[in-house]
Amino acid sequence: MLYREAGDFKTSYRDDGQTFPIRLDRWAYYAALAVAFLIVPFIINDYWANAVFVPFLIYAIAALGLNILTGYAGQVSLGTGGFMAVGAYAVYKLMTSFPEINIVIHILLAGGITAIVGMLFGLPSLRIKGFYLAVATLAAQFFLVWLFNKVPWFYNYSASGQINAPERTILGFAVTGPATSAPAKYLICLVFAFALAWVARNLTRGMSGRKWMAIRDMDIAAEIIGVNPLTAKLSAFAVSSFFVGIAGALLFSVYLGAAEVGEAFGINKSFLVLFMIIIGGLGSIFGSFAGAAFMVLLPVLLKNLLVGGLGWPTDLAAHIELMIVGALIVFFLIAEPHGLARLWALTKEKLRLWPFPH
Amino acid sequence: MKPKLTALVVAGMMAAAPAMADLVVPNMSYRTGAYGANGTQYADGFNDYFTLLNERDGGIGGEKIQVPECETAYNTEKGVECYEATKDTGALIYNPLSTGITYQLIPKVAVDKKVLYTPGYGRTSGKNGKVFEWVFNAPANYWDGASVAIKYLLDENGGDLSGKKIALVYHNSAYGKEPIRTLQGLAEKHGFSLSEIPIDAPGQEQKSQWLQIRRDRPDYVIMYGWGVMNQAAIQEAANIRFPMENFIGIWWSGSEVDVMPVGAKADGYKALTFHGVGKDYPVYDELQEYVIDPGKASQGGEHVGSVLYSRGMYAALVISEAIRKAQELAGVSEITPEQLRDGFEQLDITPERLEELGLPDFGPEIKLSCDNHGGSGMARMQQWDAEAKAWNLISEFTEPDQEIIAPLIAEDSEAYAKEAGITPRDC
Amino acid sequence: MDQMFFAAEVLLNGLMTGVMYALVALGFVLIFKASGVFNYAQGVLALFAALTLVGIQQGQVPFAHMINAMFGTHIEHFGWTVPSVLAILLTGAVMVLLAFLIEKLVLQHLIGQAPIILFMATIGLAYFLEGLGDVMWGADIKNLDVGLPQGISETIETATAEWFGYGFFIDRLDIWATLIAALLVAALVGFAQYTKQGRAMRAVADDHQAALSVGISLRFIWVMVWSIAGFVALVAGVMWGTKSGVQFSLSLIALKALPVLMLGGFTSIPGAIVGGLVIGVGEKLFEFFVGPMIGGATENWFAYVLALLFLVFRPQGLFGERIIERV
Repeated sequence: MLYREAGDFKTSYRDDGQTFPIRLDRWAYYAALAVAFLIVPFIINDYWANAVFVPFLIYAIAALGLNILTGYAGQVSLGTGGFMAVGAYAVYKLMTSFPEINIVIHILLAGGITAIVGMLFGLPSLRIKGFYLAVATLAAQFFLVWLFNKVPWFYNYSASGQINAPERTILGFAVTGPATSAPAKYLICLVFAFALAWVARNLTRGMSGRKWMAIRDMDIAAEIIGVNPLTAKLSAFAVSSFFVGIAGALLFSVYLGAAEVGEAFGINKSFLVLFMIIIGGLGSIFGSFAGAAFMVLLPVLLKNLLVGGLGWPTDLAAHIELMIVGALIVFFLIAEPHGLARLWALTKEKLRLWPFPH
Repeated sequence: MKPKLTALVVAGMMAAAPAMADLVVPNMSYRTGAYGANGTQYADGFNDYFTLLNERDGGIGGEKIQVPECETAYNTEKGVECYEATKDTGALIYNPLSTGITYQLIPKVAVDKKVLYTPGYGRTSGKNGKVFEWVFNAPANYWDGASVAIKYLLDENGGDLSGKKIALVYHNSAYGKEPIRTLQGLAEKHGFSLSEIPIDAPGQEQKSQWLQIRRDRPDYVIMYGWGVMNQAAIQEAANIRFPMENFIGIWWSGSEVDVMPVGAKADGYKALTFHGVGKDYPVYDELQEYVIDPGKASQGGEHVGSVLYSRGMYAALVISEAIRKAQELAGVSEITPEQLRDGFEQLDITPERLEELGLPDFGPEIKLSCDNHGGSGMARMQQWDAEAKAWNLISEFTEPDQEIIAPLIAEDSEAYAKEAGITPRDC
Repeated sequence: MDQMFFAAEVLLNGLMTGVMYALVALGFVLIFKASGVFNYAQGVLALFAALTLVGIQQGQVPFAHMINAMFGTHIEHFGWTVPSVLAILLTGAVMVLLAFLIEKLVLQHLIGQAPIILFMATIGLAYFLEGLGDVMWGADIKNLDVGLPQGISETIETATAEWFGYGFFIDRLDIWATLIAALLVAALVGFAQYTKQGRAMRAVADDHQAALSVGISLRFIWVMVWSIAGFVALVAGVMWGTKSGVQFSLSLIALKALPVLMLGGFTSIPGAIVGGLVIGVGEKLFEFFVGPMIGGATENWFAYVLALLFLVFRPQGLFGERIIERV
């Protein structure tokens, strides 16, 4: 009754093609943005920032990146952890080599470097398809981790191979290093997440996005109608890796502050991000955020409920938590294989007809 | 469904911060994941010692000690979450039992003003109190361990190691790489040759590495391993019939779980330790009386007396002594982390004090100061007796070679000070 | 001359390790062929099977820790031990039950979904089983002993020392593993070729629709295939568990099997075996000769890079079915 298109007249192509064609959606979107930018920074504390918001935003960026590659271009990748490591080590080297340059530029450059590496490892995708490609991207994962562990230049010859993020500031506020305040951490991640989501949305509804989707749906057919598989696939790898690299750079510099490659960027990271996009919804921007929220929040929530709420021993709680996460993943896949984004779309569909279902 | 879920989330978050008034010593443990088997025993010892103090003495200085446990699964992100979840509940000190999490917390504790105690692990240069004001790693660190092992070999060889071949088998991570520089320095000094053999986590499959050792025939093998890598390495060493008495593990490669799966062939394997082993100490009678018999032992007390249990207990003991000292210095029983840091810097655990605590000759004397946060670095050797299924101490506490280690610590801590923009304190 | 003997020794040991990899890969192939599911949970299945075997052998009370935590009791063991053979049979029964439950609760509801969805479902399953195994049997390291010998084979060492003047190192456990793997493969091939169920299984692998139309019960076949995969996992779990104790890391052997699959092809049993051998030999030789020059610990990535190189030339793996694409 309230949520409907009726009365919302579009008088230009621009209006017709906008992301949120329904007025209520637009309002909700602006309201969410207002809350995220204007209210949350003033009430956020260290726990909420470090346990919930910052990891959520960073993983949302990584999920966006992987969703471009897997959801839009149809190339399954299990190398996300390795590409995040490239972003992290690139930003570390840049931060320590050029301390006077703004950290934002370093993070963007780290994304660029990751994009180049991603394209390199994307080359086999021209020959290899499906699961074979997924397993082949594992080669990138393991090789990159080994490389960063082995070559001392990457970690500035420190005794243990750990990398530490020094303090860097934006407009006088520390955004990396231990003295960073919770709102600063949150805001820098939010700005990146917002900007990248906007970029992703506009890329995927433009020409490049259509090319990627044509490749995903059937690459031979796409080639026949004039999509160059070489540029389409490699551009998908490049854009995706750019996002993932920025996520890795933020994860290391803003969130963790110190990292060890095998631990922080192992194969588990790759699976985690893949889960996010599948639970959230393949080929959906909203889905990337929803999936990241789900996978970040669920363990924290379960842990607090089982240990804090019910007072169970921590190990039992951790094992049960694994079981619940596993069961929920299976349950979600059975209930809605197209993810949270699809559930959201169905809800909206119902809402439009409400209260007259026919 | 939406509001319900939000309510649940909020309820869950609220539950994370229970109000506490006592002395809070969080136990960041891991009982799951690849290293869960090791972490469990350590966490039990840590919990049980504080339970003993609470039950027997009513806490320390009349203040009960709370030990909220938080599962990290040896994962740095979960470690950060645990730290953030507990730091506003009045936590005094952290002991994460993970070198990775330690690196994460070192900058954070300096800002939040919490004490970080990392006995036998963590960042070795944390010993330099001028740079690392909040970090303590007494009684011994990785580099001390490497040096004590070489000293032991020197003793065995009449003070001369020249021309000998020593192989270092290490966990390919921050932790495993730590001793390389020390050993390289020692190799130069004593004229032995060192070969480095990394093993990637988890390290179940080490055949080619041990074939290399079989080919090169080093005189001694030193191991820095953790988790399944330890058992696999000892098994492979037994398979190629490498003499077990020439195989020395760091203290993290010297617990029952590492040798038991190999059975009789692990007999004679040696490992370093910085504390006593076995249950032959008076404190175990009291543990039995106050903790185990009343059913208050952590996880039912099935690991009491194991090496890692003893180590957890020892860490708890050092922390409790530092709390006692801090209370004495501050004149109040409810201390702050700053006062605890002062307590650590004035800490002096003499052999007599250890005897009073029911653990005669259990650890080395620990005497810390403002610039020395790592103590003497003394360690001793233990050997596995497969038939009796027990570790036996076979050497006295030995001092490491500070001539090699001290400059390395100075260099590493200076590098950190420069990187993090810290001006070293005056001591 | 010595270099040659070292190389030969590493080669032999690599072959034996390859057999161990092939054992894990075999489970993947069976399930992939019959149901098109890329079963990531195969490694966790091996862990679960080994945990269950040790638990039954030593008379552990399942869920003891949880029961103790809930009711404040102190039960750990039933107080009996079960002979190895009986324990293996019982574990086999548990794996069949597990296969039935997986089919009933998971697969049945996912018929016709995209392969990636099925793949993710098995990762969810892996999480679940990992937690379940820990809750049921506890997370500490367990010793698995079903009477397999371990350690250097001295007969071979002395014999080769006599013939070549250089004693070869071969682990007796590896010899046994090779024998058992050979037997297992022979039994599987025999089963697939000469029994009714085996023929039905091959029919399903060939074409689901056609098999259904001639009256083969898909559900029965799937339960059967998952049971067989569970049994293969049990064998792999026993071998790896004997080697380094039963514990969490056992599940990570799945990562060792993936390059084997890529190389051999997802659908070919001989492919899994040949792939396992190639990977085993390749990574051992590389680590042994090239590893020390570039810093070592190459085994994790070398297998993948090797497989990747193969794939660039043969995108369907060595023995995989040719990919034919029509528009």
